[in-house]
Amino acid sequence: MPMHDNVSQLKRTPLYEQHRELGARLVEFGGWEMPVQYSSILEEHEAVRMRAGLFDVSHMGEFKVEGRDAQAFLQYLVPNDVSRLAIRQAFYTQLCLPNGNVIDDLLIYRLAEQHYMLVVNAGNITKDFAWVKGQTSHFQDVVVSDQSETTTLVALQGPLAEEILQPLTDFNLKSMRYYHCMAGLVNGVNCIISRTGYTGEDGFEIYCAPVDVVKLWQDILAVGRPQGLLPAGLGARDTLRLEAGYCLYGHELDEQTNPLEARLDWTVKFHSGLFIGRDALLKVKEAGPKRLLVGIELLERGVPRSGYALYEQDQPIGSLTSGAPGPTIHKNIGMGYVEASRATVGRQVQVDIRGKRIVAQIVALPFYKRR
Amino acid sequence: MASLNHPSNLKYSKTDEWIRLEGDQAVIGITDYAQDQLGDIVYVELPGQSGQQVAHEEKFGDIESVKATSELISPIAGEIVKANEELKAHPEYVNDDPYGEGWLLVVKLANPSQLDSLMSAEQYLDYLQGR
Repeated sequence: MPMHDNVSQLKRTPLYEQHRELGARLVEFGGWEMPVQYSSILEEHEAVRMRAGLFDVSHMGEFKVEGRDAQAFLQYLVPNDVSRLAIRQAFYTQLCLPNGNVIDDLLIYRLAEQHYMLVVNAGNITKDFAWVKGQTSHFQDVVVSDQSETTTLVALQGPLAEEILQPLTDFNLKSMRYYHCMAGLVNGVNCIISRTGYTGEDGFEIYCAPVDVVKLWQDILAVGRPQGLLPAGLGARDTLRLEAGYCLYGHELDEQTNPLEARLDWTVKFHSGLFIGRDALLKVKEAGPKRLLVGIELLERGVPRSGYALYEQDQPIGSLTSGAPGPTIHKNIGMGYVEASRATVGRQVQVDIRGKRIVAQIVALPFYKRR
Repeated sequence: MASLNHPSNLKYSKTDEWIRLEGDQAVIGITDYAQDQLGDIVYVELPGQSGQQVAHEEKFGDIESVKATSELISPIAGEIVKANEELKAHPEYVNDDPYGEGWLLVVKLANPSQLDSLMSAEQYLDYLQGR
């Protein structure tokens, strides 16, 4: 049976009291005390797929990168092509070690000509900041600052997200494209509104100052509740991102894994010039990755989980990095790594669930794609 | 915890199972606290056949919620009379009605004195507070 989580010494977001009042169950995540669910993970998951959900993701880290050399610096720092980022545009990328493995995955926003924002995982803020700062020595005019303590973030996700947010802002949300952002007011609160998310649905991520986030949260909930908006916790966030096939750092990505194995080739731009890890990644690309990320669905009863071993005819071929029931697709699913030669859709494999071999099949990612 | 229900006619284990005596048989399930902590239950793996033995304070099955897997521990030793087959189609019964439709096993007691080491509802509540 579950134990109480040790929640002393943990950081809390300014929305902590809101979560308590909403009856959230709080758990440790990346050094933070965060809501895992308010009512039920299944209900919150469904709300996001059918209507909308509101997440507190203020634990995420934000770094500001500024200066005349900001673009050249970031181009060197990450494998994606920073020169292609227009102002008010964002992309997904990674911080890589010289050996090509992943320190963290992140979003980079270009907020102005020489001003970028990096959004990193909560549990990696200290490590990432030291790394990013450490790389600036090769560049003259670039200043990096950690703004995690002065930035809060909520995510409004789901097919009704635009309809719920629109009455609260003068900005025409319809004109905002995916992975674009703008600075504007949300019911009087200064925000950066970004059309991004981690659920596989349309939606927005909204950055603001900690002093304003309670009002922002309450305003969005007040408008959205009548339309079926629910506050949603990290539990639903995890099942939603799994169905959408998104990597989670510490599971699909870590410092033993490179982005090509994780099938993030679309974010690695070898043409963009020298970047940290380029040589190593080019070798992986030329030789082909040794293992590859796959999706699996169980063909028998059971729930796959992170860490479970994968077999093909009694031969170990890899292991799972995530697993859960997929509430929308009504299948028990997982992601994991297998030897590259076996990473073919339709292949039958077995998952070792507590000593029993349960039949599963490799399927195409993502498991779920919105219409 | 105030909204959770722990009936006074049951005995409770430290691993959050309840037990209800019915003659020389005992019905076993998980407590309201346990189902609440687990969240949405999606799968319950129970021993298949009657006649099988369960051992005192040993695992007899697994319960899967959306977010985690937990072991089911038998508070007493005995022989399985029946397992709740309904849970195959309706694992959510454990959330909705942990002392009724969400029961797990009926066991014929091997050693009734094992019941003495279990907690009353009041003791179980104290135990939960201290956790």
